[in-house]
Amino acid sequence: MHIKKVGKQTSQLQNPPSINASASIVGPKEGKGPLADYFDQTVDDEFWGEKSWEKAESKFMREVLGKTVAKASIAINAVDFIIAGDLLNQCIAANFGIRDSNIPFFGVFGACSTIGEAMSLGAFLIDGGFACNVVCLTSSHFCSAEKQFRFPLELGSQRPPTAQWTVTGAGGVLLGAEGNGPYVTRITTGKIVDMGIKDQNNMGAAMAPAAADTIFAHFEDTGLPHDYYDMVVTGDLGMVGSRILDDLLSSNGIRIGSILNDCGLMIFDKKQDVHAGGSGCGCSATVLAGFLLDRLRKGKLNRILFVPTGALLSPTSVQQGESIPCIAHAVAIENTRGGIQ
Amino acid sequence: MQQVMTREDYRKYVDKVSPNSKTVRNVLRAFFVGGLICIIGQFFLNSFRGMGLDQEAASSLTSIVMIFLGVTLTALNLYDDLGKFAGAGSIVPITGFANSIASPAIEYKSEGYVMGIGARMFLIAGPVLVYGISASIIVGIIHYLINF
Repeated sequence: MHIKKVGKQTSQLQNPPSINASASIVGPKEGKGPLADYFDQTVDDEFWGEKSWEKAESKFMREVLGKTVAKASIAINAVDFIIAGDLLNQCIAANFGIRDSNIPFFGVFGACSTIGEAMSLGAFLIDGGFACNVVCLTSSHFCSAEKQFRFPLELGSQRPPTAQWTVTGAGGVLLGAEGNGPYVTRITTGKIVDMGIKDQNNMGAAMAPAAADTIFAHFEDTGLPHDYYDMVVTGDLGMVGSRILDDLLSSNGIRIGSILNDCGLMIFDKKQDVHAGGSGCGCSATVLAGFLLDRLRKGKLNRILFVPTGALLSPTSVQQGESIPCIAHAVAIENTRGGIQ
Repeated sequence: MQQVMTREDYRKYVDKVSPNSKTVRNVLRAFFVGGLICIIGQFFLNSFRGMGLDQEAASSLTSIVMIFLGVTLTALNLYDDLGKFAGAGSIVPITGFANSIASPAIEYKSEGYVMGIGARMFLIAGPVLVYGISASIIVGIIHYLINF
């Protein structure tokens, strides 16, 4: 027993699931960013023809599910499970977005790390023999997130330079027991790390220690050389958090500054006035589904460690003066099936 | 991790590496935009006085016009851009107060007229009203006692 567990918190998948398809849909601002060409669809209207932003976000989820399954060229009823989540209270974007899909569903919440959590659980289901096809989806919407976590959109206020911009978009991946890759080979499940940061306008600083903890644990557990991956890409640490992560890792002997990257920095251009970078469940999901998997499939990258990060706060906890607990899940994605070493 | 910072050390370190707001730039912008809004208000006040209205009527009419302008710019999706540029310069004048009531009304319309617009309209202005009115009652009582 326990042959798939390596070290304290890492799982080495015996039958690494193949990422057989991925799809991404983004909003207008993301569609003007540097990764615009990699997304499957850009929606020009933030309402997307719906009456509320919450309904629009559900539509992102629904449409990206359809696209992911279509790109895998399988019938929707061949999907064994959907694992999905978002930022809205009670995960309504996911619940309402896929309510007509008629597929067994797990709703998950890991804030902006949700896609990592969903892919981890999906990979476990497949490796454990409980499923052949699992779809993992997440979404976020700038307007619905502002409404829930900050102020009304039309309120005239300023944000500090450390604030991040919630990505409007949804990304999905289809994990299959059979397929030609790229493969999910290892998973390091994050622990909650809280370094006492209370400023919800500086989530990068709050989340960086969680990312450092998970990345450190990944290398510690697996014994892999620190330069094993072509890229170690975090979810949405932004400008401030990315710098902190590099510092924290370096002070622990992991000098991988040259291969570190961050989805929140990749999705927007500095000129797009997003302050410290992008964030939200849709940020890492769309960058993975659109850009990173494309690079892997084309062989431009062969091994990445995908580490989406989440700030597990709520508006209530912030108002009550609590600090921000954070988490990061590491998912290793490689073009070859590593298997048990 | 091997090397663990204390929370206090980490907070200090984060303060050091996080960029600060551009205070001088923001203060200057707030000064000029806030001043401009006041000049517009003064223009209306003088105009109404020139039309022969007394001070009280002219002041009330000026407030009404400025609130109308604030709400209109909010509805036209412009006041948030102004606020982003000017900060307190557009928050402090009465136009900002109008914006703080109109913007949640727009935002929560999707939750209906009662629990949406009705309940949420004072989401941001509510505390200002509660403590503004409370303070004026206390000051009023003090004023009354001093003159008693």
